[in-house]
Amino acid sequence: MVSFFDASLPGTLPVLNRRCVEAGILTALALQCRLNLVSMFDRKHYFYADLPAGYQITQQRCPLAKDGHVEYLAPDEDHRKLVLKRARLTQLQLEQDSGKSLHDVEMSHSLIDLNRAGIGLMEIITEPEFCSAVEAASFVRELQLILQVIGVCDGKMEEGSLRVDASVSVRRPSEPLGIRSEIKNLNSIRHLMRSIEFETLRQISILESGGQVLNETRAYDVETGETVSMRDKERLHDYRFMAEPNLPPLRLYTNDTVPNGVPSDQIINVDELRAMLPELPNAKRERLKKQYGLSVEHSNVFVNEPTLLECFEKIVANQNLQNVKIASNICINEVLAAVNKKNIAFSASNLSAESVGELVELVQDEVISLLTLRKILEVLLQDSSKLPKQVIEERGWHQVSNETALENICCQVIAANPKVVDDYRDGKTKVFNYLIGEVQKKLSGQSNVKAVVRIMKQKLDT
Amino acid sequence: MDVPGILTRSVDDAVVILNALAGHDPKDSTTVFEPFKPCALPDVASIKGLKIGIPQEYHAPGLSSDMKDSWQHVADIVENAGATVKRVSLPHTALSIVCYHVLCACEVASNMARYDGLEYGHRAKDESSTESLYAASRHEAFNNVVRGRILAGNYFLLKQNYDRYYVQAQRVRRLISQDFWNTFRSGIDILLTPTVLGDAPSYRWFSKADNRTRTQEQDVFTQPANMAGIPAISLPVALSSNGLPLGLQLLGQPFKEQQLLTAAKAIEQLVNFRALDFDKLLYCD
Repeated sequence: MVSFFDASLPGTLPVLNRRCVEAGILTALALQCRLNLVSMFDRKHYFYADLPAGYQITQQRCPLAKDGHVEYLAPDEDHRKLVLKRARLTQLQLEQDSGKSLHDVEMSHSLIDLNRAGIGLMEIITEPEFCSAVEAASFVRELQLILQVIGVCDGKMEEGSLRVDASVSVRRPSEPLGIRSEIKNLNSIRHLMRSIEFETLRQISILESGGQVLNETRAYDVETGETVSMRDKERLHDYRFMAEPNLPPLRLYTNDTVPNGVPSDQIINVDELRAMLPELPNAKRERLKKQYGLSVEHSNVFVNEPTLLECFEKIVANQNLQNVKIASNICINEVLAAVNKKNIAFSASNLSAESVGELVELVQDEVISLLTLRKILEVLLQDSSKLPKQVIEERGWHQVSNETALENICCQVIAANPKVVDDYRDGKTKVFNYLIGEVQKKLSGQSNVKAVVRIMKQKLDT
Repeated sequence: MDVPGILTRSVDDAVVILNALAGHDPKDSTTVFEPFKPCALPDVASIKGLKIGIPQEYHAPGLSSDMKDSWQHVADIVENAGATVKRVSLPHTALSIVCYHVLCACEVASNMARYDGLEYGHRAKDESSTESLYAASRHEAFNNVVRGRILAGNYFLLKQNYDRYYVQAQRVRRLISQDFWNTFRSGIDILLTPTVLGDAPSYRWFSKADNRTRTQEQDVFTQPANMAGIPAISLPVALSSNGLPLGLQLLGQPFKEQQLLTAAKAIEQLVNFRALDFDKLLYCD
């Protein structure tokens, strides 16, 4: 659907989309930017078939917001731990999207799709402070999460909801920034990382062979994994910026400055929008760490899995748990791992907080082993109408904790593996796990591991 | 500068059109929200008590003696009818046309950028590349006046020229605007000026110089209103020695169209310009 305005028909004039402005403000607030209470619109002129008016309306002189920062987790240099980093932002501006062009090389035709033309965009520009592809990717992930949480964008890069242009340059430490190239229209985190990695190496090899990096626009070729130059001749773009005469300055108000006599649908109150902001991801991580004593990694997982977090919090609230750790370990290491293996989202799995809560209880009370838990999960993922205790009853999967029974099995295993027992007594303590494994096998994984270990050790050491 | 102009045969008709056009348009972000109170002019309009300003800088070079006389004549008429007539100064008047040329060319270059022949309008046959298609379509369908303005406008908007031309012109525009504000603030209600230098020139004479030169000469009196964003109306007041109409311009204060149009109607009634009776001319035997 192409409106007259988006097709640049003469006689049409621009009108600001209120929801876009609100989304821009919410984002600026979430990213700790400084809002410009008065911002302006400009025309950026260039001729291209997917830009019907011959210019794009944007905010060059005075954007909606400036500065700001995002705290995000990225692997440290050894790729072991997640550390908190901060990315500073330059500005946030509102602008129009252009249409899309498809080039049919065979027929020497270009097809122009104007459906997207004129749609409101938010451009967020970062300071040039990322030192690696993985840093850039981690930042974009955090940004995606923030945008989803505040409800302004679904962040789906593959669908074009979020597009990333990466400016890449290289330099030796303590030298000034090198000449940068810009890789445009990256539409997945993987492409973002690969293209940055490729471009970095490409630039280094140019410089090391005495050449110069060109300040140009490049595209990422998914097939070859390389970046390619987008311009066939070197041309300097002068965008001939000019104030947009048909849009007055955008004025934002606060509780103190809302004017009388202006209809409320023409007023945007920043304070009202600020009050609507939900808990942001990083604040949530901190809260989870403090409230439940979770590790950085676990709190990060929960922030990325809101329905799983909901389940976890319900369990912890409802039950008399001595150990929150068991609950988080089961949620993340067992439940999430199981649904990931089946390639489904936790929210799509139909596993209830009641079910998962029961599992946690059963493990905590040593009624089942982790091996049994995994078997029960398999069953529940097929048929979520049952509860764990039901499944245990039906399948007879109770954990064997009976001391006598366990002692008997241990004796059997010891008797059947004299060489291993000798190795153990000679000091090869590693083989102990083999013996435990044999006990587990005999009991189909349903033994109380802690008890088995204790009994086995007793028997071996006497 | 891209604003509507209303052409009618009487001030009353202009009021009818204005009342239909004015007011908030949700699809036009440059219209104000305040509800528009339609203009209602009395049957007999009076100019009594109004303070009319005569800007001295509008005695421009090339002003015909006919026009000068008409201007003086109408100033006398309104004074006799009870208005106060005062000489005023709008010191930056001479800069206005130059300022206008720069800003107008920039707007033209920008507004005409959409004419590429792809969505509508003339489309050339040269399809060897998008660029050549654009260049051919635009070259063929724009005349040399428009092309000249587009090239000039793009030149002024180049990064290296932007400050010296576009921004400087905006600064000068503010000075022009301030001249009007100061005058209105000092107690003047309405300004009375010639509309153009004289009566309608012949095409032969007009073509002796290029369009740019001629517009620079002829637009001196009318574009300041665009620069300042104030309402203006032009009406015929007398015939020149060639038997062609001469028009005077009234400039009013922002949002005070009622006052401006009342004054215009009063003058219309006072001068009693003998307009052509088209029906009689067309249909008489």
